[in-house]
Amino acid sequence: MSNNILVVAEQADGKFKSITHQLLGEASRVAQQMGGIVEAVVMGQGVKDSASQLGAFGARKVYVADDAALARFDGSVYAPTLIELVKRIQPKMVFLGATPLGLALAPRLATHLQSALTSDITGFAVSDGSVRVTRPVYAGRAMAVYEPKTFPLIATLRQNAFAPATSGDGAQCDIETLAVTATQPKTKVVETSKSASGKVELNEAPVVVSGGRGLQGPENFHLVEELASALGGAAGATRAVVDAGWRPYAEQVGQTGKTVSPTLYVAAGVSGAMQHLVGMKTSKVIVAINKDPDAPIFKVADYGIVGDALKILPLLTDEIRKLKEQG
Amino acid sequence: MKILVFIKQVPDTAAPLFVKDNQIDASKIDKYAASPYDEYALEQALQIKDKDASTKITLVTMGPTRVRETIMQGLAMGADDALIIKADDASEMDGLAVAHVLAAAAKKIGYDLIFTGIKGVDDDQGWVGIALGELLGLPSVSGARSTQLQGTTARVTRDVEGGKETLEVALPALITSSQATEPRYPTLKGIMSAKKKQVLEWDVPSLGVDSSIMQPRVQMVKLDMPPARQSGRLLQGEPQAQVKELVRLLREQAKVI
Repeated sequence: MSNNILVVAEQADGKFKSITHQLLGEASRVAQQMGGIVEAVVMGQGVKDSASQLGAFGARKVYVADDAALARFDGSVYAPTLIELVKRIQPKMVFLGATPLGLALAPRLATHLQSALTSDITGFAVSDGSVRVTRPVYAGRAMAVYEPKTFPLIATLRQNAFAPATSGDGAQCDIETLAVTATQPKTKVVETSKSASGKVELNEAPVVVSGGRGLQGPENFHLVEELASALGGAAGATRAVVDAGWRPYAEQVGQTGKTVSPTLYVAAGVSGAMQHLVGMKTSKVIVAINKDPDAPIFKVADYGIVGDALKILPLLTDEIRKLKEQG
Repeated sequence: MKILVFIKQVPDTAAPLFVKDNQIDASKIDKYAASPYDEYALEQALQIKDKDASTKITLVTMGPTRVRETIMQGLAMGADDALIIKADDASEMDGLAVAHVLAAAAKKIGYDLIFTGIKGVDDDQGWVGIALGELLGLPSVSGARSTQLQGTTARVTRDVEGGKETLEVALPALITSSQATEPRYPTLKGIMSAKKKQVLEWDVPSLGVDSSIMQPRVQMVKLDMPPARQSGRLLQGEPQAQVKELVRLLREQAKVI
C-alpha cells in the first residue's frame, strides 16, 4: 500500500466545486506528513478537459472517468469504477466531500473494500505514521477522535472546515483515462424541479444569513435574502419557520437540516435552540440579532445586536451595499 | 407488501450531553428515543400502510435491553411486529459490522422494501443504511422526503443540490429517510394493542456473521465536549450606530467582509 491520498473531485458543468479545492488543500498537507503524494479522480461527462487544472492545486496525477453513463450522479453507477481504481492504486486514504456525492459513495467504497470509514470529519492529525481523525458526533453535541485500525481509510471531509489549496505554479500532472465500469442505473429520475437559479448553495456558501420566528412571517424573508445577496451568501432558516411553512426544508439549518460552517453566519430573529445551534456553531464568525437579550443565540455569537431583526436587517443590508460600492 | 424499518435508539436529541471518561455520561441521559431520521422513516412506511392495510411493517433494532421501550413506541405508532437483536456491545461495532448483522437478519425475515434513517444521531456516520443496501444487493435511494408505492415501484421525492427530484426504483429496494412528514403520535388504542404484538429476540451469534467482519475497522479513542464558544460583545447605541459598528468590526477586527 502507498502513502498516497486519492481525492474524489467534484465538479458541475466542467467547473470544480469549492469542496474539491478544500479536499486537495488538506490532502496535500496530510500527504506531505506521510511522505505520499496527492492523486485525484474526476468523474462525469465532458470532464476530461478540465482535469489538468487540478495539477496546479496539488494533484500529481489525475484519473479521469469521462462517460455518458456518468452524466447524472448515481452512487451505484459511479461506485464500481471508483472501487476498481482504489483496489488498483492502493491509496492510504480516500478523501471525499461530506456532500451528497461523497456521502453516497463513501459507504459503498467502505462496504466493498471492507475498509475503515469516517464521515464528516473536521480535523486530521498525523504522527509517526498513525492517523487520528476528529469529527463531531451526536449532531455536534460532542467531539470524537477516531483511529483507523485498517487502511485504506475512506474519509468524507466537512465543507468549509479545511483551508483550500491555492493555485500554485501551474504544476503539470499526469492524466490517466479510466475504463468506466458501465452499470445500468437502478433508479430513474421522473421529475426534477429547480429552486430559483443563481442562488448560492447553503453548504458551500461563505456567508449564511438565517431567519427565525423573529422575522414574524414569510412576507419578511426578503430582508434575509437581500442581506444574503449583498454579502454574496445564501439564505437559511430555522426548523420552526420551516415547520410553519414559511421557508422550504432545503434552507433548514440544524440537526435534521443542513450543517453549515461558513466564514460569517448571521442569525436574525433566531432564538438559538439546541437543534439550530448544532448546525451552525462551527461557523468562523457568528452575528446574532434578536429582541430578547437572554436568547441563547447570544451565548455563541461573536457580535450581538439586541433589537428587532425587521429594523436591523435593512440597515445592515444598506451598510454592506455601501461598503461593496466603495470596493 | 412486507416492509422492514430499521431503527436505532439514541439519547434524546433535544437535550445536552455530558462527557465523562471519554464516554457519554449515561447517568445524565434522561431518556432514549428512536433516532429522529428513523422516526421519519417509520412514518413514511406507516403512510404506505395507511393506503394499503395489507402492508406489514416489521421494526428491527439492535442494542441492549433498554431498546425495547423504543420498539414499543414504534409498535404503538402502528408497526405490526418487531425483532430485537440483543447486543450490549453494539456501540463498539463499526458500521460495516452492524450492516452485516442487520443484512443477515433481513435475509432471514424477508422483505419487499426497507426503510431506515439517513444516519443515526449518535455516531452520525451515515454508513449502515447504504451498506445494508449494498450487502443485500438492493438499489438504494438516500434522503427520501416522501415515498409512494405504485405496484412494485417506489416513487421517492428528495432534495438535491439546487432543487428537488422524484426517482422511481423497482422493489425490492432500500430507502433512507431525511426529514419528512412529522411522525405521528401513538394513540391510546395503539399503545394498548402494542402490548399484544409479537417482539422476537435474537442474539448476534445466531446470525452467523464472520468474526473477521465483526472486528472494528475504526475505533473511537477519545470523546470530548465540543469547544465552547466565547460569547462575544453586544453592540450599544441606536440601531444605525450599532449597524455601523458591526460592519466596522466585521471588516477590521474579524476581517470576514
